[in-house]
Amino acid sequence: MTTAEGEHAIAEAAFVQRAQVTALPPPLAMRGVWGWLRANLFSSWFNFWLTVCMLALLGWIAYVLTEFLFLDAVWTGSDRNACLASEQHRGIGACWPFVWERLNYFTYGSYPIPQRWRVDVFFAILAIGVVWLLWLDAPRRDIGAFYFFIVLPIASFILLHGAPMLGLTRVDTALWGGVLVTIVVAAVGIVVSLPLGILLALGRRSHMPAVRLFSVIFIEFVRGVPLITVLFMASVMLPLFLSEDWSPDKLLRALIGIALFASAYMAEVVRAGLLAIPRGQDEAATALGLRFWPRMRLVILPQALRVTIPNIVNTTIGLFKDTTLVFIVGIFDLLRTIEVARIDPKWAAPVTSTTGYAVAAMFYFVFCYSMSRYARHMELRLSAGGRGRR
Amino acid sequence: MSDGLTRATTVPPPESKPVVELIGVHKWFGAFHVLRDINMTVRRGERIVICGPSGGGKSTLIRCINAIERHQQGRIIVNGVELTSDLKRIDEVRREVGMVFQQFNLFPHLTVLENCTLAPIWVRKMPKAQAEELAMQYLARVRIPEQANKYPAQLSGGQQQRVAIARALCMSPKVMLFDEPTSALDPEMVKEVLDTMVELALDGTTMIVVSHEMGFARQVANRVVLMDEGQIVEANVPEEFFTHPQHERTKLFLSQILR
Repeated sequence: MTTAEGEHAIAEAAFVQRAQVTALPPPLAMRGVWGWLRANLFSSWFNFWLTVCMLALLGWIAYVLTEFLFLDAVWTGSDRNACLASEQHRGIGACWPFVWERLNYFTYGSYPIPQRWRVDVFFAILAIGVVWLLWLDAPRRDIGAFYFFIVLPIASFILLHGAPMLGLTRVDTALWGGVLVTIVVAAVGIVVSLPLGILLALGRRSHMPAVRLFSVIFIEFVRGVPLITVLFMASVMLPLFLSEDWSPDKLLRALIGIALFASAYMAEVVRAGLLAIPRGQDEAATALGLRFWPRMRLVILPQALRVTIPNIVNTTIGLFKDTTLVFIVGIFDLLRTIEVARIDPKWAAPVTSTTGYAVAAMFYFVFCYSMSRYARHMELRLSAGGRGRR
Repeated sequence: MSDGLTRATTVPPPESKPVVELIGVHKWFGAFHVLRDINMTVRRGERIVICGPSGGGKSTLIRCINAIERHQQGRIIVNGVELTSDLKRIDEVRREVGMVFQQFNLFPHLTVLENCTLAPIWVRKMPKAQAEELAMQYLARVRIPEQANKYPAQLSGGQQQRVAIARALCMSPKVMLFDEPTSALDPEMVKEVLDTMVELALDGTTMIVVSHEMGFARQVANRVVLMDEGQIVEANVPEEFFTHPQHERTKLFLSQILR
């Protein structure tokens, strides 16, 4: 055997697998609940202590919340006396009779009681629209979009504001309040800001200098100013420019302010999505003979909006919570109604405010967390089925 | 790349009607003079292969033909319509010019079939059923009708490029532009795309191809053009171009590419 042959034999012996190796199951330590726990929670001493501390903290928070909201909570009563600490009843939790009595005020504000069915109808038709639009497998989503963006706003306006011709008495917006106002402001903000934001984002990329300049100035100006300032300007400065008769009402002014503000933020979010789309997409669509608007609608925006869904939802959640700022210009949104109710002497007790704020927190959490879950669901759905980007 | 590709003697003779005319075309990118006095006439049924070193203006030249890039001086006349700043004319020209890109540029959010029917439906205003029938016809022609309902990401590079060819053909263009159609492909997929292009050529499609596939040029081109530094350095029938290059730069380029 020569040296070369010897080396060859060694190499072969060391590297080459003689028989086919069948696939084996992973070792026990990698499998099942224990495997998962070991790998994720107790992989090292540091992780072990971290896990223990976090569990303790979570347990403590859960205990305190449960105690306040359920165990020590007061469930019945007709005024503050029920919610005061006494000899028999030392630790006092949430004061639910207060919330129960004021629930209608939290929902409708000062909307006239005989007319409140109109608000209920509004909530119902809005819910139908939202489900129709967000449920991706719903039938006839084209009609759904038409209903949501055209029919719903008009119907809602007639319902809530009134139309004497149809026998619906006018209800001044100053009487609107609570969840009604919060939902109206958020819905208008979201529904207006997305299309307007898309237009501004496209405008900012336009080849026409005038359009580009307008978009840049609008976006940068609005983004450079706090929302509170925009609201103040909308409610204080706008009337200065318009005559007394033309001055739109307070809620409308705030709506316009919020919608424009949200549009500027949405524009930047959409622009980020547009930047993520390779130039070749636009060139290919151009080469096929598609003009600007079909190109945007059919090729660019579906892709751009898809990659930017998490950011759109993030902005939407931010907007939903920002609607609480309208109380500064004297509009009674949910938080403001809670503020008013909690200082009512009838229910004056140490836990009244905490209970009211807990209600507000739960309300906002339910809405924002739903949006977040929905967005997650959309992302998973869109990334499934091989629709992933190249 | 001449494996199995023999010189096609069945290439139909070019008819006389010019489809693309470039007269004294100049273009600048900022201060950079990228196209310098380009003159070229492409007649119906003709197949032009443009080659040359990178940065020589090849891609820019064909991108000017469908006004994806705008030229600044000279005249470009496509199918009898001169490209000016008039958007109507630009639309008219783009409807009649098909283009295939190096990076395929398929629309990833649409299925293969939807990629192909998009332009016929929205530009030609064709009914959906008819557009789908047409698309299936062209997908069969590039031999991937079975992939019609997949998304581009599920296809190989070669398949994607063939879809891109079918997508362009669905508009029944008067001339097809290919911008380095095989440069982004894995080596084993180059042939399937070139074969498709050879078939198109044999069917008499007017083609302008930017490519370094010299085997393809030899087989189907009526003329091979060498561009360097924004100018057409040499243009000749393939035999002459490859066997008796006139220009020093052509000789140099060929010696580098035909190792």
